[in-house]
Amino acid sequence: MKKHIPRPLSPHIQIYKPMLTMMMSIVHRVSGILLYFGSLLLAWWLIAAATGPHYFGIVNQHFASIPGRLILLGYTWALVHHMLGGIKHLVWDTGSGLSRRAVEIWAWGSLVGSIVITVLIWYLAYAYRAAN
Amino acid sequence: MPRMQTPLSEVRGLGTAREGTSHFWWQRLTAVANIPLTLFIVFSIVVHIGTDHSKVAAYLGSPLVSIGLMLFILSTILHMYLGMKTVIEDYVHHEGLKILALMSSTFFCIAIGFASLFAVLKLSFGS
Repeated sequence: MKKHIPRPLSPHIQIYKPMLTMMMSIVHRVSGILLYFGSLLLAWWLIAAATGPHYFGIVNQHFASIPGRLILLGYTWALVHHMLGGIKHLVWDTGSGLSRRAVEIWAWGSLVGSIVITVLIWYLAYAYRAAN
Repeated sequence: MPRMQTPLSEVRGLGTAREGTSHFWWQRLTAVANIPLTLFIVFSIVVHIGTDHSKVAAYLGSPLVSIGLMLFILSTILHMYLGMKTVIEDYVHHEGLKILALMSSTFFCIAIGFASLFAVLKLSFGS
């Protein structure tokens, strides 16, 4: 039968000193997994709206509470960060943006950009609410 | 040049399924679609946090918003299905568990997708 031969393995993440490019890559995958389960929240909210005023009131209270809003803020950040990481991959697919300097810029850009865009979305949404 | 085809494939005469890049392509296609759809949906939801039912239901049920929402649901569900498939194939090495995880993920995606679409259709066609 098959004999187990200990073959050399390629070094995994615990070998490397943490780098920003690596952290952003990991965050991209983790945010993707979180967003996968986050779809439950959107489905719940939509079903509540389709069910009727009473049930929607209960669900809406959860989302409008401080912990609820913090979760939605985090959800927005995960979405925006995952989106910027995705745009980076779309650019990489064309073969450009792969130099050492460019990948550093992408890493910092997705970190800073995700925070700025998240704040901007919430600021604009609240400004829109105040105006209407 | 030597023939690279195996005798079995010669007998079957089918060649490859020509779907080698299908996963990659749909991942990218839905990624591009998700950019405008997500920005629209996220903004719509944040605007409506804590708003009362009649306003939210009327907004979600209006034709353009409903269409946008349904496109968003279809595109993101397919995107997350493909993404989770990759994650499972990367980390679950036991064959049985892998198939179980892939099946569960498929069921989850279809259930969430149908539930969300049904809710939007109900809001849109009247409750």
